[in-house]
Amino acid sequence: MDTAATPHSNYLTDGYGLKSWLLTRDHKRIGLLYLLSVSAFFVLGAVFAGLIRLELMTPAGDLVESDVYNKIFTMHGVIMVFFFLIPAIPAVLGNFLLPIMIGAKDLAFPRLNLLSWYIYTVGGVFTLWALVNGGVDTGWTFYTPYSSAFSNSNVALVVVGIFINGFSSILTGLNFIVTVHKMRAPGMTWFRMPLFVWAHYATALIFVLGTPVIAITLVMVAAERLLHLGIFDPKLGGDPVLFQHLFWFYSHPAVYIMILPAMGVMSELVAAFSRKRIFGYEFVAFSSLAIAVVGFLVWGHHMFVSSQSVYAAMAFSLLSYLVAIPSAIKVFNWAATLFKGSISFEAPMIYVFGFIGLFLIGGLTGLFLAALAVDVHVTDTYFVVAHFHYIMVGGTIMMYLGGIHYWWPKIFGKLYHQGMARVSAVVIFIGFNLTFFPQFIVGYLGMPRRYHAYPPEFQLWNILSSAGAVILAIGYAMPTFYLIYSLVKGKPAPANPWGAKGLEWETSSPPPTHNFEAAPVVTEPPYNYAK
Amino acid sequence: MSGAHATQHPRLQHHFDNLDQQFEASALGMWLFLVTEILFFGGLFTAYMIYRLAYPQAFAEASHELDVVLGGVNTAVLISSSLTMAMAVWAAQMGKRSSQLLFLGLTILLGLAFLGVKAVEYAAKFEHHLVPGPDFRFEGARDPVHAQLFFSLYFVMTGLHALHMVIGIGLMAVLFVMAARGRFTKAYHTPVEVSGLYWHFVDIVWIFLFPLLYLIDRHGPVH
Amino acid sequence: MEPRGFSPGDDTKAAMTDHAAAAVNGEYMQEASHLVPIRVYLTIFSLLMVLTAVTVGVSFLDLGPLNTVVAIVIAVTKMMLVVLYFMHVRYSSRLTWAVVAGGFFWLALLLFMTLGDYLTRGPGWLRYG
Repeated sequence: MDTAATPHSNYLTDGYGLKSWLLTRDHKRIGLLYLLSVSAFFVLGAVFAGLIRLELMTPAGDLVESDVYNKIFTMHGVIMVFFFLIPAIPAVLGNFLLPIMIGAKDLAFPRLNLLSWYIYTVGGVFTLWALVNGGVDTGWTFYTPYSSAFSNSNVALVVVGIFINGFSSILTGLNFIVTVHKMRAPGMTWFRMPLFVWAHYATALIFVLGTPVIAITLVMVAAERLLHLGIFDPKLGGDPVLFQHLFWFYSHPAVYIMILPAMGVMSELVAAFSRKRIFGYEFVAFSSLAIAVVGFLVWGHHMFVSSQSVYAAMAFSLLSYLVAIPSAIKVFNWAATLFKGSISFEAPMIYVFGFIGLFLIGGLTGLFLAALAVDVHVTDTYFVVAHFHYIMVGGTIMMYLGGIHYWWPKIFGKLYHQGMARVSAVVIFIGFNLTFFPQFIVGYLGMPRRYHAYPPEFQLWNILSSAGAVILAIGYAMPTFYLIYSLVKGKPAPANPWGAKGLEWETSSPPPTHNFEAAPVVTEPPYNYAK
Repeated sequence: MSGAHATQHPRLQHHFDNLDQQFEASALGMWLFLVTEILFFGGLFTAYMIYRLAYPQAFAEASHELDVVLGGVNTAVLISSSLTMAMAVWAAQMGKRSSQLLFLGLTILLGLAFLGVKAVEYAAKFEHHLVPGPDFRFEGARDPVHAQLFFSLYFVMTGLHALHMVIGIGLMAVLFVMAARGRFTKAYHTPVEVSGLYWHFVDIVWIFLFPLLYLIDRHGPVH
Repeated sequence: MEPRGFSPGDDTKAAMTDHAAAAVNGEYMQEASHLVPIRVYLTIFSLLMVLTAVTVGVSFLDLGPLNTVVAIVIAVTKMMLVVLYFMHVRYSSRLTWAVVAGGFFWLALLLFMTLGDYLTRGPGWLRYG
């Protein structure tokens, strides 16, 4: 039983120099390569967010021209969705932890894993090239015929970048699925796996089934722009709404790609910091699968005002209500786990409480939007913007940070300053709510999204929102400092600083290259905390 | 566990425990990749389905411009190449090196033949101004406007398919070199099996493309 | 479902070492892949060629809307033959079968739910151009 950091070599010390990192096959090092990349893209996406909030402080469109503003919110969306939110938890935490949590030495295809990161990087380069070349102004949703025929911006470059990036997702998903099926340690049955693994398995299904559809859709847009093969061109009889069907067939499940891993982190944190087995483990596991599956059946709720048939709209509305059920089941189960648990308020747990409240609001406002009659009024307003930011920022990013804080000692073998971490978490929570709650109000009052100017009566809410964004930015910046500081001056972490259950806590911090000194044999149920 | 390292099969990767596990993982991985390919081509089939239902006459007229003989020949070529591919896998399973080379070589030749025929067809399209864009002209058709949708889909679908063929032929070439070096034995021939799956999949896509693109309303009046 | 490649029941390190030892010295046939008799391949090949000829022939007959149905049915049949025999799915695990079925099922979701929109839009949908 390890207590202090051992002098044995670990995956961080096993080979120095750029080549040992850039040509690594170790899933743990690849996770760290992703950590660097997604962090860089997050900062870039956040800069664009800052510009948006800066412009929106005044009702007049006085900071930038409208077409420049269009480019700003487009790049914000493209970078945040495709280059941060989709890969963040799976490619950083999933890559690092999934093999360890099931007792494997690596993912099934380590070289494909490295290739995934390079593909992600190449996709990112294309997108940055488009940015430097003047950006794209279509919105991250690339609706045709504007994107395919009329926009004068770098659409082809960006869609190529996203297309390439899609392969990164696909290979990661493929890797996860095969690993879970074929590489579990002896005794690690499906129902002994941590819920983090179930969540990533479900996410991987979406990667594999959904990503190819947006890939081909973007190919068609590029073909129309570059080769005059006008599949969505109304002049030839093409249907722009067909683009929307194909686009949202992926992009709705994509939001479940963004939230499922966060829910997986939630389960781990709730169990660890209430020192209790997750209530209704099987329900939570099956809910992950249900979200992945039913999530493919609701895409038309993004198209209620698109001229889609009203009968299809009704069907999609009903299905959208159904997809909320497994998410609600999870929230109930986490709450039941907390009940009579032995709760401690380390930084990760603060993120847990943040998530519960914010995901609840985000999820419930999703139901508002799923109601056809309500959606007609609030679609394309800031109400929608607030809804998805509550889930993606209040949900996913909260759990990304929560997970980083929980597993940081394991990943780097260093402890960070708890007090500062707790303060940052609270600052983030306050900043987040101040930024996005006013957006529900102003959206409901009718302020449209994607406009750089608005009627003056909305200014108060916009100022509150921009002020909140400043606080949020400070909150996000703080961990950068104390976490990096911990790498240099932090106390060495023991193997199990939180006293949590799970195979990752039974190996040293940081783990050895092959994850375990001796191959584990599993005999316990998951979250086997003493009563 | 580490004691067995020195005498493990040279193709066994260190994170797997035995060749069976490694093969099953590789095969499952390829099957999952093929599922992504189903959905990838699936988007195009969706567009095709919607537009064919919307503009049946345009699609029929446009389809008549395709050469059924060349399309049929190509279908036969691909089916034959699936046979030779299956035989290549068989030869790999049996560890028969010369048979592996024979069948992989035949598969490559048949693949190249397919691409050759496709090149002839594409050249004809360019010549007859049936490529969508400013040069498009479809004389005598009753619905020339919507016919461009057919041809756009024709080029994207068969073009994408041809790209997959090129990749497949590349894979076969790599396998050929590996087979020549005696890499495939009874104990280890995973790359051949797994590449075979890919090859058969590309054949299956064509099995659908052929009737959907070439055989629309062929009984009707010739355009 | 127990992890593949390990003996059922109480898995111990000793059992794993036995398996590893069997891999040594070529005692190992790659058991997981199936050796299909050549005559099966030849039969399937012949069927595929015949069905191709049939699909071409039928397309020259006027069966009205049935033409498309027949063409698709034949194509699906050919696909099943390739999948089951050339791609060995007939001899593969339930997991493989589930993956294949899942892929096609998802394609069906994409096709038919999208079609559901267009079919319920009312007369004269897609009146562009």
